[in-house]
Amino acid sequence: MTSHTLSVLVENTPGVLARVSSLFMRRGFNIDSLAVGPTEIPEISRMTIVVNVDELPLEQVTKQLNKLVNVLKIVELDSHSAVERELMLIKVKTDAQTRGQVLETVQLFRAKVVDVATDAVTIEATGDAGKLTAMLNVLEPFGIREIAQSGRVAIGRGSRSITDRTLRAVPGTQAG
Amino acid sequence: MTEQLTGAQSLVRALEHAEVDTIFGIPGGAILPAYDPLFDSEKIRHILVRHEQGAGHAAQGYAMVTGKVGVCMATSGPGATNLVTAIADAHMDSVPIVAITGQVPSGAIGSDAFQEADIRGITMPITKHSFLVTDADEIPLVIAEAFHIASTGRPGPVLVDIAKDALQAQTTFTWPTELALPGYRPTTRPHGKQVREAARLIAAAERPVLYVGGGVIKAEAAAELKVLAEMTQIPVVTTLMARGAFPDSHELHLGMPGMHGTVAAVAALQKSDLLISLGARFDDRVTGHLPSFAPLAKIIHADIDPAEISKNRTADVPIVGDCREVIADLIATLQKQAAEDGVEGGFAAWKAQMLGIKERYPVGYDKPEKGLAPQTVIERISAIAGPEATYTAGVGQHQMWAAHYVDFERPRQWLNSGGAGTMGYALPAAMGAQVGLPGTVVWAIDGDGCFQMTNQELATCAIEGIPIKVAVINNSSLGMVRQWQTLLYEGRYSNTDLNTGPESIGARRIPDFLKLAEAYGCVGLRCESEEDLDATIEKAMAITDRPVVIDFVVERDAMVWPMVHAGTSNDAIQIARDLAPQWDEEDL
Repeated sequence: MTSHTLSVLVENTPGVLARVSSLFMRRGFNIDSLAVGPTEIPEISRMTIVVNVDELPLEQVTKQLNKLVNVLKIVELDSHSAVERELMLIKVKTDAQTRGQVLETVQLFRAKVVDVATDAVTIEATGDAGKLTAMLNVLEPFGIREIAQSGRVAIGRGSRSITDRTLRAVPGTQAG
Repeated sequence: MTEQLTGAQSLVRALEHAEVDTIFGIPGGAILPAYDPLFDSEKIRHILVRHEQGAGHAAQGYAMVTGKVGVCMATSGPGATNLVTAIADAHMDSVPIVAITGQVPSGAIGSDAFQEADIRGITMPITKHSFLVTDADEIPLVIAEAFHIASTGRPGPVLVDIAKDALQAQTTFTWPTELALPGYRPTTRPHGKQVREAARLIAAAERPVLYVGGGVIKAEAAAELKVLAEMTQIPVVTTLMARGAFPDSHELHLGMPGMHGTVAAVAALQKSDLLISLGARFDDRVTGHLPSFAPLAKIIHADIDPAEISKNRTADVPIVGDCREVIADLIATLQKQAAEDGVEGGFAAWKAQMLGIKERYPVGYDKPEKGLAPQTVIERISAIAGPEATYTAGVGQHQMWAAHYVDFERPRQWLNSGGAGTMGYALPAAMGAQVGLPGTVVWAIDGDGCFQMTNQELATCAIEGIPIKVAVINNSSLGMVRQWQTLLYEGRYSNTDLNTGPESIGARRIPDFLKLAEAYGCVGLRCESEEDLDATIEKAMAITDRPVVIDFVVERDAMVWPMVHAGTSNDAIQIARDLAPQWDEEDL
């Protein structure tokens, strides 16, 4: 099975998250990560969903998602043609001796410290999954006290916009 | 100044604009405001049922015979949850219904208020779409959208849950001219390239089969199908949901495929080199053990729902579109192809081979030495009532016998619970069908188990003047389960004896269906022998002013054959217990 990133544009209406997540549950598909947020158009939200499935079940996921009335568009983004980011907050144990080494690691990974206490620092790091894993490996020996991680968000490279294309493709439906 | 009205009045006016003429339902606290303006509506007849499940199945029955959207209505909480089975059934069988439920006032939602249930959440997996309305101004648009979604694309159930305060609030009414459904665009026009590819596969095939599903009926494509079959001379099989889409009397018709399919239909699929699937979904009851289903066949799969294509069996040529348009385009393309390439030799040898199997293995049964064969009862009802009548069935043995022994000649002649397998569907569905087709004959072919699940609607039928005819195929047991116990559990009949039969078989006749019918204001008849069979059916046919219930006391050991055991290959079809068809060398 391979990991796929789906960028799903949905109408910004109540219940749409429940519809999407219950669809995944009912059809037996596992979500690795899910991030929901607004887009530049107030009526449209974007869900970035990372699923770990084979090619054929992925096609089923996409088709089933497309059947949801509130789902406007689904695009699979791959890491070559899209920028993918996750945000992680990491609380690491430090003391006078280790703080310097931890701060050095923060610099190496171009992360930043967002909170300091006498016995810990909290680091904010963004990047793709590989970078964050590498950073965690380096910080592990100091003692990681807590992690908070966002779902993956992704956007296609270049000037093209999927929200733009979606809106153009949507004429009003005539009432019957 | 724009006219002020309540949300409830707006709802009723919206339903009138949606051309609703019938609602099946039961009032209660949260939906009560809607029932007041409904009382005054001259366009909408509300039929008060006895259980909300009955309202749901009646809406399905109405929708299936008329092709229009069926409507049911219930209050919040238990009223709404009682609709769930019917909604699930409509979802599985793609039946266009709109279910309108009252909800507790918006301020109380989430507080575990009296009769509160999150019906939108509960029905999310079993509806095509659902709405929760808390603002009275949204009512006309939501109703317009609900009917549009239910009836277009792949039809299905739509739930509209309306908070009580939205029904009571003051609002204005404007029927929308445009809907706000940017994410809903069903594809109905098939892609020309795919149709040409399909035509090419058909021309190259030697053993093609038209595998016809319920989508052909929903798309009103029976006439086109007949043209296609006759033009190409390709044999046809019709699934349980498609019985009537192609006439049973037609030479090319091999019958129903699947677990209880005819030998010819099952053999045709297994030996075919090309399945032309039209509005069917490769259900497990058709395919049996999926990896060994139609092992030699390429697949053309046409369906209006793209998610059905390649869901269970990978399609070689997927065609997304309305079946009527797909078939029409296919006919035109095949004609053009034949004109260009010269007339093909056709599939004469294959057709002859399949017709030979059809002749050698017709569906049939042995009559018991004494007592009444259930199959005979159904054959005679069909012969006497004819294909003009509508037939509904519950679920189980009687359903399979009805699927085989009723002569289906036209679409919308047959209503049953195919996907969900809902016992108790027959009677309320017949009620809805009868309301949709007043003045016609509607038979509910029911079992004694199914009948006891929804027979309270006999009261509705008697009071509202809905003269359905109910044939209870009474074998005093949950027959299909009993059949599996006979075949797979060494005849250990755990909890399948219903005791509705006569004392002569040791049963207690509880309830007595004659008395039950009479108690409900219906005519009750009983038939226990073949000598009385035709006379009893004719007597029922002559009664047109009220419902009739006939207790057909049948032999209880009768089984449904042919049968492919669950999870096994279709190749292992049996025509009777431990008896497989004899395949000739040429068949292999």
